[in-house]
Amino acid sequence: MSTVHFTLNGLAVEAPAGKSIFNIAKDLGIAIPHLCHKEGLAPDGNCRACVVEVAGERTLAPSCCRCPSPGMQVRTDSERAIKSQKMVLEMLLADLPEQGYKWLDDRAQAPHGELSQWAEHHGVEVRPALAVLRREAVPADLSHPAMAVNLDACIQCNRCQRACRDLQVNDVIGLAFRGAHTQVVFDVADPMGASSCVGCGECVQACPTGALMPKSHIGPQKVDREVDSVCPFCGVGCLVTFQVRDEKIISVKGREGPANEGRLCVKGRFGMDYIHSPDRITKPLIRKIGVAKDVHLMDGRTDWREVFREATWEEALDLAAQPFNALRSQYGPKSLAGFGSAKGSNEEAYLFQKLVRTGFGSNNVDHCTRLCHASSVAALLEGVGSGAVSNPVRDVEHSDLIIVIGSNPTANHPVAATWMKNAAQRGTRIVLADPRITDISRHTWRTLQFKVDTDVALLNSMLHVIVTENLCNEEFLSQRADNVAELKAHVQGFTPEAMSLVCGIPAETIREVARAYASAKAAMILWGMGVSQHVHGTDNVRCLIALASITGQIGRPGTGLHPLRGQNNVQGASDAGLIPMMFPNYQRVNDPSAHDWFEKFWNTPLDDQPGYTVVEIMHKALAPESDPHKVRGMYIMGENPAMSDPDLNHARHALASLQHLVVQDIFLTETAWLADVVLPASAWPEKTGTVSNTDRTVQMGRQAVLPPGDAKPDLWIIQQIAERMGLCWPYSGEHDGVAQVYDEMRQAMAQAIGGIDWARLNAGSVTYPCVSADDPGQPIVFHDHFPTQDGRVCLVPAELIAANEQPDADYPMVLITGRQLEHWHTGSMTRRATVLDALEPGATVSMCSAELVRLGLQAGQRVRIASRRGEVALQVRCDDGTPLGTVFIPFAYVEAAANELTNAALDPVGKIPEFKYCAVRVSAL
Amino acid sequence: MQTDPMTETRIGLNALRDQLRQPRSQLKGRQATPEARAEVQALIGMPPADGHRRDLLIEHLHALNDCFHGLFERHIVALASEMRLPVVEVFEVASFYHHFNILKDDQTAPSITVRVCDSLSCSLAGSNALLSQLQHELLNVNVVPVPCLGRCEQAPAAQVGQQAVALATVASVTGRVTAQQTAPNPLPEAIRFDAYQRAGGYQLALQVAAGLKPHESVIGCLETSGLRGLGGAGFQAGRKWRIVRSQPGPRLMAVNIDEGEPGTFKDRTCLEADPHRFLEGVLIAASVVGCDAVYIYLRDEYHEARVLLTEELAALQLNPPCALPRIELRRGAGAYICGEESAMIESIEGQRGEPRLRPPYIAEVGLFGRPTLAHNFETLYWIRELLEDGADRFAAHGRYGRQGLRRFSVSGRVRQPGVKLAPAGITLRELVDEYCGGMADGQTLYAYLPGGASGGILPARLADVPLDFDTLQPHGCFIGSAAVMVLGQHDSAREAALNVMKFFAHESCGQCTPCRVGTDKAAQLMTAEVWDADTLQDLAQVMGDASICGLGQAAPNPIRCVLDYFPHEVGGCV
Repeated sequence: MSTVHFTLNGLAVEAPAGKSIFNIAKDLGIAIPHLCHKEGLAPDGNCRACVVEVAGERTLAPSCCRCPSPGMQVRTDSERAIKSQKMVLEMLLADLPEQGYKWLDDRAQAPHGELSQWAEHHGVEVRPALAVLRREAVPADLSHPAMAVNLDACIQCNRCQRACRDLQVNDVIGLAFRGAHTQVVFDVADPMGASSCVGCGECVQACPTGALMPKSHIGPQKVDREVDSVCPFCGVGCLVTFQVRDEKIISVKGREGPANEGRLCVKGRFGMDYIHSPDRITKPLIRKIGVAKDVHLMDGRTDWREVFREATWEEALDLAAQPFNALRSQYGPKSLAGFGSAKGSNEEAYLFQKLVRTGFGSNNVDHCTRLCHASSVAALLEGVGSGAVSNPVRDVEHSDLIIVIGSNPTANHPVAATWMKNAAQRGTRIVLADPRITDISRHTWRTLQFKVDTDVALLNSMLHVIVTENLCNEEFLSQRADNVAELKAHVQGFTPEAMSLVCGIPAETIREVARAYASAKAAMILWGMGVSQHVHGTDNVRCLIALASITGQIGRPGTGLHPLRGQNNVQGASDAGLIPMMFPNYQRVNDPSAHDWFEKFWNTPLDDQPGYTVVEIMHKALAPESDPHKVRGMYIMGENPAMSDPDLNHARHALASLQHLVVQDIFLTETAWLADVVLPASAWPEKTGTVSNTDRTVQMGRQAVLPPGDAKPDLWIIQQIAERMGLCWPYSGEHDGVAQVYDEMRQAMAQAIGGIDWARLNAGSVTYPCVSADDPGQPIVFHDHFPTQDGRVCLVPAELIAANEQPDADYPMVLITGRQLEHWHTGSMTRRATVLDALEPGATVSMCSAELVRLGLQAGQRVRIASRRGEVALQVRCDDGTPLGTVFIPFAYVEAAANELTNAALDPVGKIPEFKYCAVRVSAL
Repeated sequence: MQTDPMTETRIGLNALRDQLRQPRSQLKGRQATPEARAEVQALIGMPPADGHRRDLLIEHLHALNDCFHGLFERHIVALASEMRLPVVEVFEVASFYHHFNILKDDQTAPSITVRVCDSLSCSLAGSNALLSQLQHELLNVNVVPVPCLGRCEQAPAAQVGQQAVALATVASVTGRVTAQQTAPNPLPEAIRFDAYQRAGGYQLALQVAAGLKPHESVIGCLETSGLRGLGGAGFQAGRKWRIVRSQPGPRLMAVNIDEGEPGTFKDRTCLEADPHRFLEGVLIAASVVGCDAVYIYLRDEYHEARVLLTEELAALQLNPPCALPRIELRRGAGAYICGEESAMIESIEGQRGEPRLRPPYIAEVGLFGRPTLAHNFETLYWIRELLEDGADRFAAHGRYGRQGLRRFSVSGRVRQPGVKLAPAGITLRELVDEYCGGMADGQTLYAYLPGGASGGILPARLADVPLDFDTLQPHGCFIGSAAVMVLGQHDSAREAALNVMKFFAHESCGQCTPCRVGTDKAAQLMTAEVWDADTLQDLAQVMGDASICGLGQAAPNPIRCVLDYFPHEVGGCV
């Protein structure tokens, strides 16, 4: 790199060319006031607090935007430079209110954050002549539930705008009007709460003076402690810092992490107070004798005391464990099953599956991965030999084209979506393929709104174009792929013209996109549950694998396959073996060598047959008495199948039919309501453990606050149950031996995380595979081989398979379920987070305006949606991204639980239910 | 206080609470309505395959603003959707420009807007009284004060809709309002395409394009003539051509006819008389420098000139004398700052007209990130004459050792205001006496502004200083666009200084602190009977030293001049 020699405050300095005077000075310990400049944001040079004197120049130069040229003589401390620096601070300070919103520490006399800090640095006070000219106060805008807008403290530095538009690309904030009237606005100067703001709070984090503040943390900024951790919501894995005062998390800061670089979304930043909800269970609960297991008693009127009584831990743990022992002796190991959680830590997942395998004695252990990416994992294991992503999300910055299919990333992986939008700003072409047109479409190059359920038709026709137009990467195929000829032959029949009639995308568009993908220098595919939650989910993913393979778009930066993981630790929980057919690290339970290894490792005989999956276990709970595999007792930790499973009436009936159900959770969830024993557990910020995000990055969460009342860490509870089932586990050390559990897991998963020990995780995030202490970790895999038996990718052709339940005269429309930005999974946490609840307080069904006209409905009106399995009543939301003939319902709302409608039909390979398609009827209420 | 738990009030509150908890019936933020979308589509058309051009945003806003006499929020939302832009991006651009009248959806648009110029020359001619009388008499009309309309020789100037009113009176304005006369005035005197070509026009452009006149000789001629940029900055034109020509292609050209400096009206005068002389200069410059496209940025106040230029560009394009570059005429929207070249470039790109930080210079990174030749109208207007008559002839003019000719826009207390083609270096006294018929009746020279609002204020005792680039700097002033405004013995320098400071506060883009806060605070402090000289000097220093662009840097000139030359007016020592 070339360097520049120049003079700074009389010192000869050599600095890299292109580095700003500000940054050079900073490295030399020379402090220059600055307000509009913030690391991570593009320098803007508008505040002029950082001006310096350059010899021979008529005016002063903003050091944040100016790079030295050879021989330049710069002074940051000349009389002239200091004069302007001080004047800028005084002019800004003169317009700010006496009472500020962002005190330095707890000092009311330094009320304006960074402006106060620099004013103190330069000893600036506002002279009376300017103080009397203070601008007219602007009324506060308190319309947003999470953020206060006090523009009387605004200095027009536009950091919020750059945060909103350059970083998050949410494009809500602007600087409007002109001159002294220049004003931060939302949309068309709407109140923040009425604007298109998605509440990511990046503006709040960027604001230097407190004009934008989290409502929960206005005034004194002093806190009792700051605790570094990971966000507990989606699979992106944003690092956070919890700000704790009086044993409460009062605000959350985004922390520099590989997945988020300090960015957060509304859930991570403003959704943490669920842990302080009065609904937390604080004592073990035991079902009162003779009370029916009926979820309908959760109507808001029935007091939980009518159903449960409080108990001591000793009594509750005995009552939880003893029936498991009894059922196991009477009916055998297969009579028990356990659902672990993708929301807990790796250590919890590992111990939970170990408990089921060694204590219950079968492989009947699963978790919600079955409901989200089971088909993706099945196809990926079959095709490329690994169920995880090939490239991290942020690799999109190296792609010149990305396909986002069956995914609504701005709602479900908001921070991951920011990297996609950033890439689009730099010229990456985004192709959105989805029956629903969602927010990301504003940034797309092409939007393919294909007909629901026709993924394979669209993808096979793209394969057809690539094969017939000789756009295949033959070198890659010959060296690294199997079954190529079969695939090529198979897709011959799927011409774009023919498939256009099926999927509704014009043939020319299919050709254009296929060519662009094949000929891109680097192209990546990211997908979500729109792909996986079908009876042909595995086939959908097989097509994606084929697309990446025949074009050679894998194994390099900016390429590859990325199933966007839903839950914060769904990757880690699956890795840890929380699935019925695999031991930790995807070692098949019926593989003799793996089986032997684990029998020795755990020093106990193990079942060598795969266990049942989530939906199968629900069926087995309702199996006839004669079925030797009838499930009679269950231990459910941190999952809520009474909301998340398809065909809820059936699933709830199954849960209620169990002889013994133990639920370990932080709230009395719909599932817990059906339990015999409820064990009060700890929320994520109340415990220490690791999680693995969608990028395969392992990260540490640390305890910030104590669990409420008698609630206990999950790791402790699992060990207590294990002890009462006769297992003797030796884990010791702080946080219930979490480090020792991790270390045992590391031995079981040496091929993945062998090189990542506890101390290394404590120091920072590491991406696996990482097999030794000096292995930096491998964010991108499959460079030269696939972890399949022969090292080659196996291409699997896919046929067109229709959804299990087609619309008909009685149920003429299609229901798509999914999530929305504010509510996560079944809503048990987010609906108890005050801000998130205020933003999305109730259930809605989305339809496009043309559909509303067709059905004679009005937006805002209440309707009934019925399927063959159930019905719900909720309010209509107009969303023109929803295709005609289709309705969309988020599944987080117990009062209108979408899964009462859904169809439990399964993908034959991945065993994932078809959440994305069932037939419904809409009627006005 | 005892309350009955079963009262209506409690039920009402609960109902209210439930109502507040109703989920939204639409997506977040405003959504485009089908009706507004259709209205927008009718004006701007359906999007082409790769979407609407982002840089045409301001043109599209004009289409809506003209059609609906304002910009309704629903149209802003629909336009954003049609252009696939964030709503806020459209709003922040629209709200930057004074001519876009943003209206709430439930507001009623004014049928007519009357604009009355309140800049210095019109103010001297009584525009304040005119404004208040019109506001009093025209009740259902939007009557607003506006900064310089570029008709200072016709002061007081006004506009009814898009029709300019020279020497405006209450009667002449209300007459037009009553008669709904809002269309631009015709310009019968202008030399049209056929006449221009018949008289030998475009021969030179043809020769340059065909290589019959070597490009090097053209640049050489400019260099010999000493022609400098006539927008105000005075950069050597020939040198600029060389710099831009040496940059990698594609190169672009941007022509600045955002003649907004108060007191300046030379560009309009020339354009309205002889548009093709200017266009021929454009063709020659584009040809020599190798610009693929030319963007002409015309201030929105010049409706007459825009109609003329639109027609004449069409005539030229219909019958091109040589291969033409792509030429686009862009309409300003009421922003003085867009006369600053980088702000103009932002505006051509459809953005807020906020000046860019330099470096990089726009010759290297300009319009759409390309090397850009930016020129003022008059600079190009000179090209044909220089090439035909020879640089020496031009350079032979000048007084007191200065070289060339200048067009002075003279207004204020002189007998014959107007555009005066005079030798560079002429003094104010000579200019008034020889070219303006002397001072107006009953007026004695008291002070003058040599370079519009930004060039400072000089007292009568400095009326013998040569007027040219570089000659006024020792006196704390500059010539700029050569807009000379003359004050008489009954006028006051502090009023003039306050007028221009209010103008700067009104026109500051608001981007940087020194200018945004400084102009506003200075204008307030300057109303005090006795000025707070220390504070004003401090403001002047930070504005001059630390502002991003010339507006803020020059804005303190009137403060300093008043403190230096007219201290008696502000309570200081004489």
